[in-house]
Amino acid sequence: MTFDEWLRVDRLPHIYCAGCGNGTVINCTLSAVDQMGWKKEEIVFVSGIGCSSRAPGYIVTDSLHTTHGRAIAFATGIKMANPDLKVVVFTGDGDLAAIGGNHFIHGCRRNIDLTVICMNNMIYGMTGGQGSPTTPRGALSTTTPYGSSEAAFDLCGLAAAAGANYVARYTSYHVKELTLAIRTGLGNPGFSFIEALVQCPTNYGRRNKLRQVSDQIEYFKSHAILAQKAERMREEGKKIPDDMIIIGELARRNRPALGVRK
Amino acid sequence: MLEIMEGSHAVAKSVGLCRPGVIAAYPITPQTHIVEALADMVADCSIDAEYITVESEFSALSACLGASAAGSRVYSATTSQGLALMFEVCFNCAGMRFPVVMSIVNRAMGAPLSIWNDQQDSISLRDSGWLQLYAEDNQEAADLHYIAYRVAEDHRVLLPAFVCFDGFILSHTYEPVDMLTRKQAESYLPPFKPYHRLDAADPISFGLFAAPDYYMEFRYAIDQAMKQARSIIPEAGTEFSEMFGRDYSGLTEAYRIDDADCAIVAMGSICGTVKDAIDEMRNAGKKVGLLKLRAFRPFPEKEVQKALAGVSTVAVLDKNISLGSKGAVALEIRDALYGSQITVLDYIIALGGRDVRKKDIATVVASAEAGVGDLFYGLREEVLK
Repeated sequence: MTFDEWLRVDRLPHIYCAGCGNGTVINCTLSAVDQMGWKKEEIVFVSGIGCSSRAPGYIVTDSLHTTHGRAIAFATGIKMANPDLKVVVFTGDGDLAAIGGNHFIHGCRRNIDLTVICMNNMIYGMTGGQGSPTTPRGALSTTTPYGSSEAAFDLCGLAAAAGANYVARYTSYHVKELTLAIRTGLGNPGFSFIEALVQCPTNYGRRNKLRQVSDQIEYFKSHAILAQKAERMREEGKKIPDDMIIIGELARRNRPALGVRK
Repeated sequence: MLEIMEGSHAVAKSVGLCRPGVIAAYPITPQTHIVEALADMVADCSIDAEYITVESEFSALSACLGASAAGSRVYSATTSQGLALMFEVCFNCAGMRFPVVMSIVNRAMGAPLSIWNDQQDSISLRDSGWLQLYAEDNQEAADLHYIAYRVAEDHRVLLPAFVCFDGFILSHTYEPVDMLTRKQAESYLPPFKPYHRLDAADPISFGLFAAPDYYMEFRYAIDQAMKQARSIIPEAGTEFSEMFGRDYSGLTEAYRIDDADCAIVAMGSICGTVKDAIDEMRNAGKKVGLLKLRAFRPFPEKEVQKALAGVSTVAVLDKNISLGSKGAVALEIRDALYGSQITVLDYIIALGGRDVRKKDIATVVASAEAGVGDLFYGLREEVLK
């Protein structure tokens, strides 16, 4: 199902490469917004720079396309100026975890009432495939031609540790679960962070033996492990392989939140 | 030996031959090809450098400043928004007198977001204390890096330097470029000798608090170093010319200006188009010439006065605008020619990647001769309605 009435059809065709996973995340988000029964004039989509950040340009609501990494800071201003607006941030791994890392942790700390959706393709897609802070150790990129030697960020672990009220991770394979997670995040007061791992066949997949779109989707499917199962394995003393992706709801709590009208 | 290569790769190769010890940069269009190529060289051990995949431009230049303080030759590259994010560190590099060399692949400033070329980004850092050199073509872009390191690291100067060249127009264009050999590069650019560096055996502090009784003297010293660079850049350029046959002996370069009535003043790749347009106008009997600025900081005031002494009209092509005033180059030229009878007219042109053709240059010259100037050239009136 697509949500044509939410799209700026006159802005199409979009800039995303064939096989990109970002469209799936946009569709899941619009589905969740639709399920919430929100009106177009109540919502502002905010983004920074990168492939993910082009998303608000294709949606009919008000939007603010801001500078690299700063979407959460801009969104904080919007929410504090008018808490009645529903503010949703689209971001990517480079935008959120690299150049905007500081805004991310402070958004979580303040627990400001935003929903932040990160399309994590594990690479700088728009500039042509340089290593990002979520590029897995050993993965190839144009700036790590023999494999990244640095550890990747666990964005959900970071958000949970910094104080976000709701944290969940899924992939572009888990369409239903991702939609539900975004919907839960939208309805949850405080900072909601949803990480969606997405395939990037152009800049990640083809450098990392995941050339076909289906290769990376298959990878997500076969490497995803539900948080509850991971917990059980830990309790049983079983080792969870490093390359597994822990999915599901990773934090849900009710810390006092900023920007919520009593 | 001439090789056909992309502008970005020519610059990356030259930078490699300059032998930086630390490279830190963040991806940003249209700069990225340079640092990708350098990342490859580092990974293949064809240059002996550390490559840091930093998390932002702010971190990139901060890491470069730190590495320079530790006594290493350093390199970074950026453009537009990335340079804007470095603003704070730029002033610190100059203030602490670290000879960082950075390529600026000129791009327009947002908003609205534009990845295309103009020179607003580097011009906006005009007052930061960095030397600013502008290249007309890929050969010059490659060569100016050697000269930039020579001048920046000269103990009579000790200032950081931008080597600016136009995004896409040069960075993504393939041209024949004559690369120096490793031996030639080593003979021209000796290993980095820091004037002062962090050394536990001889402790020194950088960037400390300067109370009002000291601050002004620091700024004066930077300004003096900048003025000193007015003679050091031609010195380094002349030596380069003598060794390799390509002439960079001037802070400016004149083209068919000796008997000109009207002179165009410009910087960067637009100069190539201007030269062709001048040839056509000369064939049609118009006495037009070009004064290309290679150095914008330090500003070559004396060279400009000398070169433009014989003309009656100057048309300045500014790929930038100091909003609420004029283009930055025109302001400098007017200042340099103050008190003369020469008319200086400003044309804001080619912002955000708008193309400039030879006929546009001819139109500008015709306008200047008619005394019509100080305007945005080529505005689309239908969009403004």
